[in-house]
Amino acid sequence: MSVTSDKNQQPLVDVLHLKQYFDINVGAFKSKPLKAVDDVSFSIRKGETLGLVGESGCGKTTVGRSILHLYRPTAGEVVFNGSLIKSKNDINELRKKATMVFQDPYSSLNPRMTVSDIIGEPLDIHKMYTNRQERSERILELMDRVGLNSEHASRYAHEFSGGQRQRIGIARALALKPEFIVCDEPVSALDVSIQAQVINMFVELQEQLALTYLFIAHDILVVRHISDRIAVMYLGKMVELANAAEIYEHPFHPYTRSLMSAVPQPDPKVARANKRIALTGDIPSPLNAPSGCPFRTRCSYATEHCAESMPEFNEVSSGHFVACHRVNEL
Amino acid sequence: MSTEPLLKVTDLHTSFFTPAGEVRAVNGVSFNLERGKVLGIVGESGSGKSVTAYSLMQILASTGKIVSGSIKLGGQELVNAGESVMKTVRGNKISIIFQDPMTSLNPTYTIGHQLIEAIRLHTDRNKKQAWDRSVEMLRLVNVNEPEKRMKQYPYEFSGGMRQRVMIAMALACEPDILIADEPTTALDVTIQAQILELMKSIQEELGMAIIMITHDLGVVAQMCDEVIVMYAGSICEQGTAEEIFYNPKHEYTKGLMRSIPTADTAGSKLKPITGTPIDLLNMPEGCPFAPRCDNAMKVCIKERCERMVINEDHMASCWMNVKDGVENGAIVIDVAKGGGAE
Repeated sequence: MSVTSDKNQQPLVDVLHLKQYFDINVGAFKSKPLKAVDDVSFSIRKGETLGLVGESGCGKTTVGRSILHLYRPTAGEVVFNGSLIKSKNDINELRKKATMVFQDPYSSLNPRMTVSDIIGEPLDIHKMYTNRQERSERILELMDRVGLNSEHASRYAHEFSGGQRQRIGIARALALKPEFIVCDEPVSALDVSIQAQVINMFVELQEQLALTYLFIAHDILVVRHISDRIAVMYLGKMVELANAAEIYEHPFHPYTRSLMSAVPQPDPKVARANKRIALTGDIPSPLNAPSGCPFRTRCSYATEHCAESMPEFNEVSSGHFVACHRVNEL
Repeated sequence: MSTEPLLKVTDLHTSFFTPAGEVRAVNGVSFNLERGKVLGIVGESGSGKSVTAYSLMQILASTGKIVSGSIKLGGQELVNAGESVMKTVRGNKISIIFQDPMTSLNPTYTIGHQLIEAIRLHTDRNKKQAWDRSVEMLRLVNVNEPEKRMKQYPYEFSGGMRQRVMIAMALACEPDILIADEPTTALDVTIQAQILELMKSIQEELGMAIIMITHDLGVVAQMCDEVIVMYAGSICEQGTAEEIFYNPKHEYTKGLMRSIPTADTAGSKLKPITGTPIDLLNMPEGCPFAPRCDNAMKVCIKERCERMVINEDHMASCWMNVKDGVENGAIVIDVAKGGGAE
């Protein structure tokens, strides 16, 4: 069994050796590739939620955007529902089936458009209606679905609170009846009580509409709650992928271990008894990524071998993949 | 013990006077802070937690004003004390670190320049002594090669390193109280763990008190001895961390605890608080949380609940406790506060 296929469940999204480099100017006439995503492979099964966690700059948002071809991937393949995304036409079709919810509910909504125009824009672009009547019916149905008062359709985004704006963003993502939604930190800008409302809505929508999510977030407790499986990224590489409960309770990779132990637990006794695995130093710049394993500069298990080659992404137990040379000794 | 607490805040009211009307951002907040303790102030955006802290230092925006109440620092009254007194308090006795380490430092000066400026402003040290003190402080907050780092600009520092610099600057004059306003919200979780551990160890070393303002209950659980839960400018519950987490006595706190995802909630639904936070311009007569409360009673809508003593470590302002407690006589009304319930 490989990372990208599963005997039992059909994958909806297959990502194969995806690379996304950006050229960064480092001198007057010199540029250098910034390897935002460097050879990442995984698959998302129909109807599942794959959580993607990692620290800022690890490439998790770029993975989401590259899958939707908002960037043209430098290398690698994205297979959606069995068909490889190649031509412009493929991309256009992909974007009807795969949409995105953005992090910031303030900057992701055009302040000069009314709510009904924001939600209706995808319908306009992909010409999904035959007359105005059908368009406005669909918009009102979407607003109803995400718990917005349909009387507010002619209001502007600034008239809504953060949680309501995020609902507008979700309604827009649902407009084309997608199968797959990339949720890029959709609740991290929201207050705790509102966050819980929106998380519940994601779960309900998934049940009602048979959606598949790639749920990108840095809040591990949120990801643990919503995901079936969780993938961990560090400096453009995927370092671990497993069932949500498994990775949370039995992480293998030294980075995942310290990440899980750093989560502040909302329980005084647990939080104070918690043995944190402290990481020294900061995440290196992706422009000067270390050779071999990207985590070796902060890893207490690192050996010379780790500097020489990038460890393979191997399955250590059923469905649990880890990229670490010393995984057997941990 | 009869000794005066380090900080005693009594019935503090802070308002912002906007064209739309008076916004009562802090509405009758009282608490004590003892030396060497960590007090957490938790609440959602707009709950008044930051304004409470800014009121302590009197660094409110120009439209904001402390309307009434008292802030006593080591027995000295700070409300209406005047700018000259506040100048001796800020930085010397109370320091603050802000949420965003990216914007708290001036990008056009070196880190060393900014540290030295802060130290020389508050102490008699000369340039050389201030330099040495800065290096010493950077070393205290675990910045590697402090002599070299002193000559660098903020852009050369990562987010976690900048927050360390802010902590170094805040602690350089050995304040009695450090206010940390969401100090780790902008940071990644592994960096957050480093900063929290650093704050805890420095606090134990220097024995100062910390007021930790955050919306993250995980951070509170890890750091705080005592906790204040705020909603719409008022304290709804106050007590030791154990009491607040294991024995919440206000419907809002209970709702918050239910809203956090944990390992146990996976695969099930969260039970969020319904509705949205209240508009501070249109405050209801009764309990500000009543419009969102599932268990709201008639009295909740009509009358605001005074603080009630749950036990010696715990106070809450929720009528539910009266309902549950009055029959069995378990609850005593806080007479010192006037007591609103008969």
